[in-house]
Amino acid sequence: MTSPDIPIIRLGEVLVAGLSRELDDKTVMLFADELSRRIGDTRASTVVLDITKVEVIDSFAARMLMEIAAMARLLGARVVLAGMRYSVAITLAELGLALPGVETALSVEHALNRRAGP
Amino acid sequence: MPGDRQAAREAVMRAIAGNRGRIASTWVDTQLARATPAIGGEELGEEVQAIISCLLEGLGRDLPDDRVATGHAPLREAVADLSRRWARLGASPTAIATAVFSLKPAILGCMAPQAEEALLVGRLIDAAALVSFQTYVDSREEIIQRQNRQLLEISTPVVHLWHRVLAVPLIGTLDSARAQIVMESLLQAIQDHQAAVAIIDITGVPTVDTVVAQHLMQTVTATRLMGADCVLSGISPRIAQMVAQLGIDLSEITTRSSLADALTEAMRLVQEEGRTERTPAG
Amino acid sequence: MTHSDLSSTSLQTVPIHTEEDLLTARHAVRAAALAEGLGLVAQTKLVTAASELVRNCYVHGGGGVLRIERVLPPPRRGLRIVVADQGPGIEDPDAALADGYSTGPGLGHGLGGARRLVDEFELRSEPGRGTTVVITRWTA
Repeated sequence: MTSPDIPIIRLGEVLVAGLSRELDDKTVMLFADELSRRIGDTRASTVVLDITKVEVIDSFAARMLMEIAAMARLLGARVVLAGMRYSVAITLAELGLALPGVETALSVEHALNRRAGP
Repeated sequence: MPGDRQAAREAVMRAIAGNRGRIASTWVDTQLARATPAIGGEELGEEVQAIISCLLEGLGRDLPDDRVATGHAPLREAVADLSRRWARLGASPTAIATAVFSLKPAILGCMAPQAEEALLVGRLIDAAALVSFQTYVDSREEIIQRQNRQLLEISTPVVHLWHRVLAVPLIGTLDSARAQIVMESLLQAIQDHQAAVAIIDITGVPTVDTVVAQHLMQTVTATRLMGADCVLSGISPRIAQMVAQLGIDLSEITTRSSLADALTEAMRLVQEEGRTERTPAG
Repeated sequence: MTHSDLSSTSLQTVPIHTEEDLLTARHAVRAAALAEGLGLVAQTKLVTAASELVRNCYVHGGGGVLRIERVLPPPRRGLRIVVADQGPGIEDPDAALADGYSTGPGLGHGLGGARRLVDEFELRSEPGRGTTVVITRWTA
């Protein structure tokens, strides 16, 4: 079952999840549980998190994203954060939150294309 | 409020309320005699009537004498309005404050004031004059800041250099405000153009301090978070030395000595991504 | 109290008692920032800073209140956010402002991060008597 707040779709070996405009704590935590189940079930190699719509990422949400990436890596999938808004990127950079170890892409399309690389 | 001061305030309120017309016309006459600025008597009359009404309301509130002008918002706004209007017409801050001050004789002239009452009117109007002065300074400051911002935006153009490659050639001294604007306009351009690489060229920048270096590093971090790459070019030996002396670690940042080298690197990065993009999945 | 003097007007108050209130507070700050004419980046920074404070208030302070104020000149025009709780307070405010300090969820960038995102930052806390944080962003 997919959590209604954050849909996860499967494209071959890739899972794409579209995060909504507002990341509230409960939704993000439910999503992390749901995603780990889906990675386990599908043996996905890549998870693309579409954050194009996300308007605010504070330190709590940043930690959740890093935990999701770490969890996915343990399950054998890499996570690509796609479409971060420039206003969010500036704010995170000023907060000193560089999200080390998390892969990024300009958009979902870029993330999917890059997957086939060397 | 002690009894005698309360009594003084009531006396002043009665005097103002009972002589609105006279206070207004005395004040208008004073301004017309000074002939600065070029405002008609009718308009002056409206301005002063508004201030007198707000003054009365403000005196009715539980505020210390010297806080009535700042604390009673309608009065503060009425005085600020006058100040802004006169400033637009070219009046100096001194002329504006003098005009507000001249409310003092206008009010005291229509009563036989006790010492306490005269002091009260003094405190009241002095504070109002300060508001007019402050408004003048603030609006000047606002204009200067707006012009500064415009100048900054003009002086930091983001150039679309190549397919999916952007560059900002920086020229002149970078301060924190300018570095901030460079960062914002570059990152917005990356989003708008879906650029893969951003080049920051600092060939024309004579010095770099800690704050500016920090902004540059933040720009690089933010670029990466968006999924693009950042190349810093044009670091002169002098700047390299400064950066080293400041103890700033630029090792995480891709640097090239010239803009041409940076462009070569950028094209390589774009090509690399393009090649992987054309490869069929699987 | 310097933050509620006569040169500011209270625009809105949001109680912080449930998790839903965190979102309500963010929305209120976003709307106020938009109404005051802040640009997208400035809006995002202010909302993010407020989000950090409100979360601290909810998690550590046992809930409280967020107040949005408009600061009028003098000295300058701006938007001010006051977040107050009656919780246990902060033992060592200087340490709490350092990066990496954390006693709860998050990366420990909450308070120190919020300070970097705004023009003015004031933290008042007494152990056992709650915490009040005041942040200001100048709009002109």
